[in-house]
Amino acid sequence: MSDTHAETVSYVRETMLPQQEPPASTVGPVGWAKTNLFSGWFNTVLSVLSGIFILWLAYRLLPWIISPTWQATSLNECREIIGALNKPHGGACWGVISERWKQLMFGFYPPEHYWRPVLSLILLLVALGPLLFRHLVPAKVIYFSMLYPFIAAWLLWGGTIWNPIVAILGFVIIALSLKFLTSVLNPALALIIGVLLAVIWWVALAGPVAGGLSAVLPIGIEAIASRQFGGFMLSITIGVTAILCSLPIGILLALGRQSDLLLVKAMCVGFIEFIRGVPLITLLFVASVLLNIFLPPGTNFDIILRVIIMVTLFASAYMAEVVRGGLAALPKGQYEGADSLGLDYWQSQRLIIMPQALKISIPGIVSTFIGVFKDTTLVSIISMFDPIGLSNAIRADTAWNGVYWELFIFIGLVFFIFCFSMSRYSMYLERRLQTGHR
Amino acid sequence: MTTLTDPPSESFRLSMLIYDTRYRAITFQIIALICFLLFFGWLISNTAQNLADLGKEPSFGFLMEPAGYDINQRLIDYNNQDSHLRAAFVGLLNTLLVAVLGCITATVIGVIVGVLRLSSNWLVARLMAVYVEMFRNVPVLMWIVLCMAILIESLPNPRAFRGENPEASMLLFDSVAITNRGVYIPEPLFSRSLGDIPVGNLFNISLDLIAILIVLAIGFYVSHRIKLKADATQEATGVRPKTWYMRLGVILVPLAALLVILGFHLGYPELSGFNFAGGTHLRNSLIALWLALSLYTAAFIAENVRAGILAISKGQTEAASALGLRPSITMRLVILPQALRVIIPPLISQYLNLTKNSSLAIAVGYMDITGTLMGITLNQTGRELETVLLGMLIYLAISLAISGAMNFYNSRVKLVER
Amino acid sequence: MKKSVFLGALTVAGLVAGASAAATLDDVKARGKLNCGVSTGLAGFSAPDANGEWGGFDVAVCRAVAAAVLGDASAVEFVSTTGKTRFTALSSGEIDMLARNTTWTLSRDVDLKFTFTGVNYYDGQGFMVPKELGVSSAKELDGATVCIQTGTTTELNLADYFRKNGMSYEPVPIETNAEAQQQYLAGACDVYTTDASGLAATRATFETPADHVILPEIISKEPLGPLVRHGDDEWGDIVRWTLYALVAAEEMGITSTNVGDLSAAAGDNPEINRMLGTEGNLGEMLGLEADWAVNAISAGGNYGEIFAKNIGEETPIGLSRGLNAQWTDGGLMYSPPFR
Repeated sequence: MSDTHAETVSYVRETMLPQQEPPASTVGPVGWAKTNLFSGWFNTVLSVLSGIFILWLAYRLLPWIISPTWQATSLNECREIIGALNKPHGGACWGVISERWKQLMFGFYPPEHYWRPVLSLILLLVALGPLLFRHLVPAKVIYFSMLYPFIAAWLLWGGTIWNPIVAILGFVIIALSLKFLTSVLNPALALIIGVLLAVIWWVALAGPVAGGLSAVLPIGIEAIASRQFGGFMLSITIGVTAILCSLPIGILLALGRQSDLLLVKAMCVGFIEFIRGVPLITLLFVASVLLNIFLPPGTNFDIILRVIIMVTLFASAYMAEVVRGGLAALPKGQYEGADSLGLDYWQSQRLIIMPQALKISIPGIVSTFIGVFKDTTLVSIISMFDPIGLSNAIRADTAWNGVYWELFIFIGLVFFIFCFSMSRYSMYLERRLQTGHR
Repeated sequence: MTTLTDPPSESFRLSMLIYDTRYRAITFQIIALICFLLFFGWLISNTAQNLADLGKEPSFGFLMEPAGYDINQRLIDYNNQDSHLRAAFVGLLNTLLVAVLGCITATVIGVIVGVLRLSSNWLVARLMAVYVEMFRNVPVLMWIVLCMAILIESLPNPRAFRGENPEASMLLFDSVAITNRGVYIPEPLFSRSLGDIPVGNLFNISLDLIAILIVLAIGFYVSHRIKLKADATQEATGVRPKTWYMRLGVILVPLAALLVILGFHLGYPELSGFNFAGGTHLRNSLIALWLALSLYTAAFIAENVRAGILAISKGQTEAASALGLRPSITMRLVILPQALRVIIPPLISQYLNLTKNSSLAIAVGYMDITGTLMGITLNQTGRELETVLLGMLIYLAISLAISGAMNFYNSRVKLVER
Repeated sequence: MKKSVFLGALTVAGLVAGASAAATLDDVKARGKLNCGVSTGLAGFSAPDANGEWGGFDVAVCRAVAAAVLGDASAVEFVSTTGKTRFTALSSGEIDMLARNTTWTLSRDVDLKFTFTGVNYYDGQGFMVPKELGVSSAKELDGATVCIQTGTTTELNLADYFRKNGMSYEPVPIETNAEAQQQYLAGACDVYTTDASGLAATRATFETPADHVILPEIISKEPLGPLVRHGDDEWGDIVRWTLYALVAAEEMGITSTNVGDLSAAAGDNPEINRMLGTEGNLGEMLGLEADWAVNAISAGGNYGEIFAKNIGEETPIGLSRGLNAQWTDGGLMYSPPFR
């Protein structure tokens, strides 16, 4: 062919031309802008409108935000500083944040003990290590994770060290009775006996034993009443405790909902649908005004525990649905495989089903946690000092009466940082945990 | 055969209740039931004893006593001499109002944002992502309070409309006033009204509204018939007759005639005394709550919509563009209808969440059922048990109704699938 | 730890049920702390400072009672309550007394079954309007938009007042004083109504207090005072007489500075001697130490000192004594004799 070509065409280029640069309008910033911002009139209009919106927002907000009032000790002082600057839109009064940010974080927790909640939070990350950063953390840490709830409770509330130890002994009793009684008895019976023994231990013996031990060996840190919890520390305490406690309850509820036992199923469905059908605020009203009426006369335990109980119930209904989703996502072959190995119901749940179902549910669990964490702001309505409740109290101080936006912006920002990083992390987990069950 | 199916009945022992799987299920259920009943019995006996100690007797008689407080926004007649029950009902209607409005706008915003987040326009997609993350990661209570604060601080108050040279003026030919007490819009009035009919002494239904609805329904029905006829003509001849003016006419002409007969006119808001008078007053508390709930829920719905769209295989888009459909039409006619099946189940739970979150109305002083029954009534009568339980039951009923209705719709959409 | 304590508390509390309901004094002594219900934050009356220390007029009453009972003014757990939760907290025993600017009314006394142990502040509901409205009387408020705190008696008073005068109004219900202030300043309501003390306190924090007037009408009586549960008269007596001791101390000229000297030895005034425990056995009758009143007064001073320090004219709140002056000065503060 080329030969004929060579004969018919007078000139044919024999060497390749050097590659040319792409046209300036398709590469670099200009090209990028052309494809991503100004492709077509509709996109152009949208881009221009969004650009104007962003600029307008910045024009209105930036002068207000940049305000040299960090040193002010009262709103009037702020007004003087801003008045001296002669700004058109006024300025923010950041003095309230620099004076009260510790209170917004820790509530009324004694300042010299701030290290305790901080340490608890750091230890929480360590304890969650085996779950979240499996490739980084040695597997042995799981034992620490099991001890963590007791350590954290002891760090936060303080008191003698014998209390958590005595509480752990109850679980040791359950474990021992399971170990030694299963050889003679049905495992379910052994479990029931173990739990009964443990309850007897906690109720009747634990208190005096702990008291006696602390009288002999007084090791401990200063006890701090729940009343002094507040701010973000309160939100995190309520959120984390509720999620940790709701996990086992949620798993049981999810299993109950899938159970063949009609009555058990009906009870679980009824509970889940009831809790999911009412707003959290009504449950908090129950915690604040009704729980004392439901419990034996004279019972009185503090509002934080009551709120934690109700938030736990609330979270477990949602957790049950998350776990149910995880169970539903498992292929039927896993159940059948477990059956074919001759495992009984609990064995197959423990060894085959739950490890996989829970792994799939982790993103759901994290988003439930974010939801619960955000919902802890509702406790301000029942007079607890979460960040929003505290902001009301701060504004009742005569020095800061009238401050508004600064507190809300600060609180919103901290919430955003917490929740956003958690949701990003859960997305990352979701990607990592995809093991091809689709 | 017989030996296999007939277990020897005389060999029943007590231990079989635990070891025999046939009986074990029943044993466990009975034990669970007993525990459950014992637990409830324990709660009820505690409650009875506690109430007896306090000298209170559970009774709902207080609901019939005069409430004594005023409610600014009421969809039915109410004054402070009406009963607590009626106040609760006013609150319930307010809850339903904000829930319905919120669900509608949240869906609209959510779908738009969800689609725009996937837009090829970098700036718009980023802006939408920022919006979604901002609203999803900050508590809804804060958004409600902030929306209220923005409305109050940024809008002019009615005083600014006064005087020779007012700082603020009304919009749309002096028919709409936007103030920091709310938005005043013209209200429909009928000079030859048909009157109201009372429904069971609870509220009145306007006969005018019923007449308008009937005329509209007939109009739409006739219009639908015309469309069917046009379809048939198109099937038969291949030419579609022009019917849009007929279809529009059968709806609009009778409606206009009815409005003229009823003496329809608009009542415009006017400055009088301290406030605007006349017109319909959409209060700030309603607008703030509505806005905050819509924007907050829309951020979640946008994520659901995005997930739904991403779940549709890319082949669908490519097939649509191969057919020569424009992107906007592809989205509207090909992608969204399919994505709807993925979107609807999470959408139901978002609607439920919005309804439940509307209970935070108390933060901006919107008198919903939480504010009336579980708020002021609880406070004035001291009947915690009755009011809170009643309130929870009402929310439960609303939630069950919403999820029931949406599940019904979901099953309808599902039927269309292959 | 929490679990065991919690379970233990549950059962132990269940076992000793009934006994605890009656003797609040024994409970408080055993606990070593007084649980006192206060509001979540009301300028001048109760608010936590940057260190979490509570201060204010209502808080001072709590501290005085704690000092009288336990001898330590700091032995108080302040339990914050909202308008909604305050009565439940008291009736359920979560708090021993409530000092949360609560109005003494018949139905609260009889139907909710609380004993008001006296009045620490005589208040009344008033109206505040911007000066530029040109309103000089509450009777001119027909058609106004009124900001009002929900969950209080003010709501009912307002409805009554406008109904009685044949006027209409638009209520804007608001949860907290801070939000009411914001709405009022932005002009979202024409009028702000609450207790006159609250109005004065709020106005004092405005940028330009002179632009706002408090109307002369006081439309209700709001005797605010501490309260306890029905059925424990001994405890009620202690709270009542602690409050009276503060009032009487002002009348007799006992202050936090001279109370130490006066109680060191019996002086010439027999009533002072009886009150401060240098003569007679009033403290024993109450079930307290002989120096109960000395402790109560040294906690924060006498009634006048507490008033001056928290809400008086020298403070940003700037309230004058008015009805709350001693009866000898034409006020209503009148303590029964210590005899």
